[in-house]
Amino acid sequence: MSVIAPKFRLGYLIKGLTDNIFWIIVILTLVGLPVVQIVLIYIDFPIIDGEIWNPFRVLDAMTHPERALPLVKSFMQTDFFKVAAFPGFGFAALIAAATIFVERKLLAKLQLRVGPFYCGKVEGILQLMADGLKLISKEIIIPAKADKPLFWAAPVLFAATAGAFVALIPVAPGWVVADIDLGLLAVFAVIGFFPIITIVSAWSANSKFPFIGGIRALYQMVSFEIPLILSLLGIVMLTGTLNLVEIVESQASFPWIIFMPIGAIVFFICILAELERIPFDLPEAESEIVAGWLTEFSGMMYGLVQLGSYLKLYAFAALFVVLFLGGWNGPWFYPMEPIAEVITDGVVLMPGALTLEIEGGLLFSQEMINGLIWFVLKTVGVILVILIPRGVFPRIRIDLLLQIGWYKLIMLAFVNIFIALALVYSGIIGPGGIL
Amino acid sequence: MSGQVYPKDTQTLPGLQLEKVDDRIMTLNVGPQHPGSGHMRIILKVDGDYIVHCDPDPGYVHRGEEKMAEYRNYITNIPHLERPVIHDSCNILYPYCLGVEELLGLEVPERAKYLRVIAAELNRCVYTEYWLGIYGIFLGHSTMFMWPVGDRELMIDLLDKMTGARVTHAYFVPGGVRNDVPANFEDVCLRQVNYFEKRLKEYADVFYDNPILISRTKDTGVLSREDAIKLGTTGSVLRASGVDFDIRKKEPYDVYEELDFQTNVLKEGDSYARSKIPWLDMLESCNIIRNALKKMPKSGSVRVKLKPKPKGGDTEVYRRVESGRGALGMHIVSDGKPQPYRIKINVPSFRNLIAMPHLLTGEKLGNLPPVYWSLNYWPVEADR
Repeated sequence: MSVIAPKFRLGYLIKGLTDNIFWIIVILTLVGLPVVQIVLIYIDFPIIDGEIWNPFRVLDAMTHPERALPLVKSFMQTDFFKVAAFPGFGFAALIAAATIFVERKLLAKLQLRVGPFYCGKVEGILQLMADGLKLISKEIIIPAKADKPLFWAAPVLFAATAGAFVALIPVAPGWVVADIDLGLLAVFAVIGFFPIITIVSAWSANSKFPFIGGIRALYQMVSFEIPLILSLLGIVMLTGTLNLVEIVESQASFPWIIFMPIGAIVFFICILAELERIPFDLPEAESEIVAGWLTEFSGMMYGLVQLGSYLKLYAFAALFVVLFLGGWNGPWFYPMEPIAEVITDGVVLMPGALTLEIEGGLLFSQEMINGLIWFVLKTVGVILVILIPRGVFPRIRIDLLLQIGWYKLIMLAFVNIFIALALVYSGIIGPGGIL
Repeated sequence: MSGQVYPKDTQTLPGLQLEKVDDRIMTLNVGPQHPGSGHMRIILKVDGDYIVHCDPDPGYVHRGEEKMAEYRNYITNIPHLERPVIHDSCNILYPYCLGVEELLGLEVPERAKYLRVIAAELNRCVYTEYWLGIYGIFLGHSTMFMWPVGDRELMIDLLDKMTGARVTHAYFVPGGVRNDVPANFEDVCLRQVNYFEKRLKEYADVFYDNPILISRTKDTGVLSREDAIKLGTTGSVLRASGVDFDIRKKEPYDVYEELDFQTNVLKEGDSYARSKIPWLDMLESCNIIRNALKKMPKSGSVRVKLKPKPKGGDTEVYRRVESGRGALGMHIVSDGKPQPYRIKINVPSFRNLIAMPHLLTGEKLGNLPPVYWSLNYWPVEADR
């Protein structure tokens, strides 16, 4: 009989967790403490108010809740934090990483196997880390006849463009990196960059299979951008704005998917095509053209493209939530209690020596936490729906794909626009409407 | 129309008949290092997305099985003659054993005949499941890769119980089978075959009734009935084109004429029909196995005693059977020595390969995987 992986047991879970904790403690004490000691030898301690400020006193002063919390909060209000950590790259990368893991486990359950199992001891949770380490440690091989600057630039550009896309998504009230009035137009502009990067990478590799894959990706992305943009015009007509935050706020009572299910379906199919996911993964069709436009990428260049494509997946799912499912709007989990936590004074970092002047502002309001939970729940749901076709459908052919894009989806998108027009002119919703 | 002449040295390679082509046409080497090629190379010339010329170039895994057979006697030939297609090893040994029995004048015991039929049908399922898995992944359907490869374990488990080996069984010997089955084999076999049949029917939901699969493979690579006969195709390819030809029915061997089964024929001749016939054959194999288990004598010998180095007369025989891919024949020439003078394996894979350039010329590049793999072609067997 075949080898079957052992079933889940609580004992194994606890053992795995304790093992991991044990190794963390061992590494911290054996490596971390000596490093701290060595650093301390070379540092002169400052003397303030006649007292020597050794590291332990500094640590004590820093970690005192009275000082530490305002410090963290003030940091969280900087633009750097927004771009790098919470609504921006870090948050998106975290969801992207979780998506990769969930995709592998979900697909494994669908196909009657176990998926990543051994790495990290607990259901293979460290598999992603191992894959990342492997990609980093691999040699980067560039084809001899490649156009090297362009070839190097393509993966970086791809990941950067996906990051720019993420920056436009409003996550919770007041939490968006770039709150611009023409937000939806900016989204279209960013989406328009992807085919260019793809063809740049395919052309610069100077190889046959990437070339065919790049041409296919170009066909696919360009022909599906038109229904994608058309399917969103209905929302713009009804809300009268291109600002994504205002579009979310307009859905406080009901999401737009109720009035525009056709637009939502067209947009969802276009998402699948733009993301090159099965059944529309023609640009990477393995059995036909090896790996399509990714064929010549190796090592971390490939890793960057993968990171970019999963960031793109998150951004598209979030855009679907923002436009059709009402963004952060949702019922309250608990009774609302306004927390007016405003910091107006400066924070005393070291008594008598260092005071940090910061602006006041409201941080973790209940609105924000409630909105964020709803947003993440909806986004994860949309991502799961995007993932499932991979286990169900085979790959479609290029002529059938273009037929779907140009005949059916554009037609349906126009139907959606006419529905929106009817709603606006009959005065039901839209600027000055009943609802 | 500026012509381009390919370098001289490539023209001398066999299978590379390149002449002047104009600049629109690009030559693609699909294989031998390609996820969609198998152990062979397909030289394609594409004009945009259309294949204008297709030149399959097999021979990368040629192992000289036929020549090796001339240096071994009739018994020691058994384990290596099954190597060309290890997933269907019972069926490739079947014509050899039938031929050698005719040469040596052996009478096979009744129970051994039934055991042979059961092993051959189990092996047909093992091969076809593997083939179906690759067909699924060729079309980008990863579930259809995992499910057949997983369900294949049921049949492999049964064959393991029967023969003691998972894949290369060497179970058939001239004069019967190598050993009898264990005591509880019939119950286990019946249970697993029933479950296997239930799983096979689930494939229809996820694969054969899938609208995208149908839109992709219907009316692609259509092989008409006349062309199928003219090109000399066999097995599932022939039956998908509407020709009712099955060796098990037309030239019954062992106990196939006593068993109740039917052959599956479809008229379309496209790659959807060609992919469906092996699946229907697997369902029919389940019936045959159940039927054979019912009719099999409950006890008796399974092998006739042979001399250490049996010698054939100064004659030659040709026997063929229906394997997982089609008619598989063996021509054994004996000159009175313990070793055969010559063994020629007539493999179905190579005969089906001939239809490939015929089908692919004029198709789109995206149709290469479904058309190629629907031909039920096993590169290792074709090279021998």
